Amino acid sequence: MVAVIGGGIVGSLIAREINKYVEDVYLFEAKNGIGTGVTKANSGILHGGYDDPPGSLRAQLCYKGNRLYDEISRELSIEVKRIGSHVVALGESELAVIDELEEKATRNNVKEYRILNRDELFEMEPNLSENALSSFYCPIAGITEPWEVAMQAARSIELNGGRVFKGKRLVEVAKKDGKFELSFEDGSTYTADLVINAAGLYADEVAKLFGDDVPKIFPIKGEYFLFGKDVRYVNSVIFPMPSELTKGCLVIPTVDGGFLAGPTAHGVQSKQDFSTTRDGLAEVKEKTLKLIPSLDFSRNVVKTFAGLRPESNGKDFYIDVGTDNVIHVSGIRSPGLTAAPAIAKYVTEYLIEEKLHINLEKRQNYIEHVEKVSHFVETDFDYWSKAIEEDPEAGQIICFCNKVTKQEIKEAIRNGARTIDEVKFATRASFGECQGSFCTSKILKIICDETGLRPQDVLLNEKGSWIIDSEVRSI
Amino acid sequence: MRYETDVVVIGAGGGGMAAALSAYKSGADVILIEREDETGGVLNQCIHNGFGLHYYKKDLTGPEFKETLQEELERTNVRVLKGTFVLDVSRDKRITFVNSNGIHEIKTKALVMTTGARERHFNSLGIPGDRVSGIFTAGVAQKYINLQNLKPANSALIVGSGDIGLIMARRLHLEGIEVKGVVEILPYPGGLERNVQQCLRDYDIPLYLSHSVTRVEGKNRLSKVYVSQLDGTGNIIPNSEKVFEVDALITSVGLIPSVKPVEFVKTGPGFITSNTNQTTEDWIFAAGNCTVIFDLVDYVAREGEKAGKYAALYAKNEYISQEKITIKKGKNINIIHPSYIDPNQATKLYIRVSRVFQKAEITIEPLGIKIIEEEARPSEMVEIQIKPFKDNLCKEIEVSAHELG
Repeated sequence: MVAVIGGGIVGSLIAREINKYVEDVYLFEAKNGIGTGVTKANSGILHGGYDDPPGSLRAQLCYKGNRLYDEISRELSIEVKRIGSHVVALGESELAVIDELEEKATRNNVKEYRILNRDELFEMEPNLSENALSSFYCPIAGITEPWEVAMQAARSIELNGGRVFKGKRLVEVAKKDGKFELSFEDGSTYTADLVINAAGLYADEVAKLFGDDVPKIFPIKGEYFLFGKDVRYVNSVIFPMPSELTKGCLVIPTVDGGFLAGPTAHGVQSKQDFSTTRDGLAEVKEKTLKLIPSLDFSRNVVKTFAGLRPESNGKDFYIDVGTDNVIHVSGIRSPGLTAAPAIAKYVTEYLIEEKLHINLEKRQNYIEHVEKVSHFVETDFDYWSKAIEEDPEAGQIICFCNKVTKQEIKEAIRNGARTIDEVKFATRASFGECQGSFCTSKILKIICDETGLRPQDVLLNEKGSWIIDSEVRSI
Repeated sequence: MRYETDVVVIGAGGGGMAAALSAYKSGADVILIEREDETGGVLNQCIHNGFGLHYYKKDLTGPEFKETLQEELERTNVRVLKGTFVLDVSRDKRITFVNSNGIHEIKTKALVMTTGARERHFNSLGIPGDRVSGIFTAGVAQKYINLQNLKPANSALIVGSGDIGLIMARRLHLEGIEVKGVVEILPYPGGLERNVQQCLRDYDIPLYLSHSVTRVEGKNRLSKVYVSQLDGTGNIIPNSEKVFEVDALITSVGLIPSVKPVEFVKTGPGFITSNTNQTTEDWIFAAGNCTVIFDLVDYVAREGEKAGKYAALYAKNEYISQEKITIKKGKNINIIHPSYIDPNQATKLYIRVSRVFQKAEITIEPLGIKIIEEEARPSEMVEIQIKPFKDNLCKEIEVSAHELG
């Protein structure tokens, strides 16, 4: 059995890649949902790969990953929108940086870019600040829903004979007869021949359980504002000029029609500190208004949130074989989402096959294609009408903001969702401007009806995030 | 299937039911569409009394108010489509909806939007802290308790002293949930005075005026809410921080008119209408909380009734849109409804002043109307009747308020 620790986008795609060769692949996620750690609070950008430090593993895997997303999109039926990105020069002083970007792109062997003058830029992005003079435009950059990629990869694993576990936190590793005995917090144990550690923020700690040292992970907090769909602020991903440390605070369209502003980048002490801060939110506001002055922070904001990214001192990915048959995939900071499909191939084809000399052969019966999750509102009325004929619940709208039907919510539950957030990330129900005011209580009831859970057992997301204490009166 | 009708009403809350009834009484063929499985909207979960004092001259609960309309509706030929969601309203008067029978279209002559409002969510306020379970809008908490028999908290702080916040403070208290206070950012309560008395003072629930939530904290479920006092300019007063240990924060921080899916009429943020409830699109009428937020369902029903009547007359070519006079907000006026007047028709003007007055004089010029309002407050709407008038020179009307004496 091959065990992958960590059900984020990186772990899920690695597990899926290995599953093409090995049936017995087990994916273990510590949280209650696939793709709900680093993957969830992510900008969702497929970067062009032009600006990573030439020669780094990041540079090597980012562009490759970007190119692989067409295949991933087809096979996993996930949405990839190649809307392009602009790195915008605000004022004369920033024009020189565009030349530096061009030089970096050349060294990274990325040819898909153009330098736009002011007129060309404003034709594409009319809401940009008056100060914008030029941009480094990359047409292959795009956006996706990171958690959807992870969830669909997990479905593909289950479809192909592998297994996916949620709420399983690895606490102990023992070596026995050349195999690993993995013990989890819930008391269960599994024996694996090969282990991939893709534990995100915790990859350094998981490596220690195997007796290995990988570069220490520092959580870097990124705070965001999510805007609704009422105002179309930008058409593509808008970057400011990058600094040494980060790509800065951006304005990013989301796949379902909203917009993100952010993230900040500040180190924090705890890997569990997902709080937003007064200073962080103020910083996002100040910086993104310089790019798009019309961003309406008083009326269009749907929510604010923060995510943590796993940074290490080397600022590069650390992906290598540890002691015996364990591979550590650590320090997957930006552009981890873009690189993820390439990381999966790097781990499988290079580290497993070449470095560990494990012979892999493609499975004959492997099913590449995973069916798309139903989002009826995105289909045409004929398709949707047929679906309603087959199942009337496909005509019952539960989430009014994003027009999600009861059928879609039940489908998410059939695919394993048990928490409100899992249903939310699978279907987009409660993701809209009312933030679940109209639908959360209905979703809670559907989860209870479908699974037999009591209302007081249904969680928002993680352990302790209860919604209902008890019945008001027993009947 | 293709439907044809005179008047479609979208939203079967108090306003929509009244609109459908009056359109029917005015001789129109009517289809009433409701996205929930039941008519009545938020009335269903408002099990307290105080409804109907103006509209029915009776003190009713929310469900009783709805039932009164429902019984009358059942005696008509109005077709009611429940569990039906409108996907599109097109400029050529076609309404596309989806329900468990499929996706269908209605060709109509007039439309009444009575789509109500949604609650502003805490998440949109940009208040820092942990993203935890246990933060509910007052309406959601009310629905859990009153309709689903589910208790979402053991102890709570209420933020926002709008009527729903005040009502929920009392409701939670009566169900054994410890309510540690109501926090209001403004120096005066957001809800009706009668609710401050009956929901807070009667139960010794403290009201913290000029206070604001600055941070929420918890590990997966809310455990602490930080609150600070504000000075006259809205800045936090140092060392005024209070920490409330609660597992729920119930928010009542405003309602936002719902105007979807109509995209081609003037809004701001609700539908902008005339005294005949007509929007900037001739055939679309609107009433109730999707125009401005009203204090009472009585006003909403009255507005719905009027919208239904004019929509039916419009469908029969008996009401043709006239040149309209713009009503402008003058000094000390925060909200004014409607925004235009057809001077041939009577007008009921709804006004919110922008600050607290001891004794306000409200003037409507150049019509020469003057009203004295004791203790006028932004939270209580002032109603003013204007009779039809003929004044060919009047292009604009301005409403203002000032302190007397």
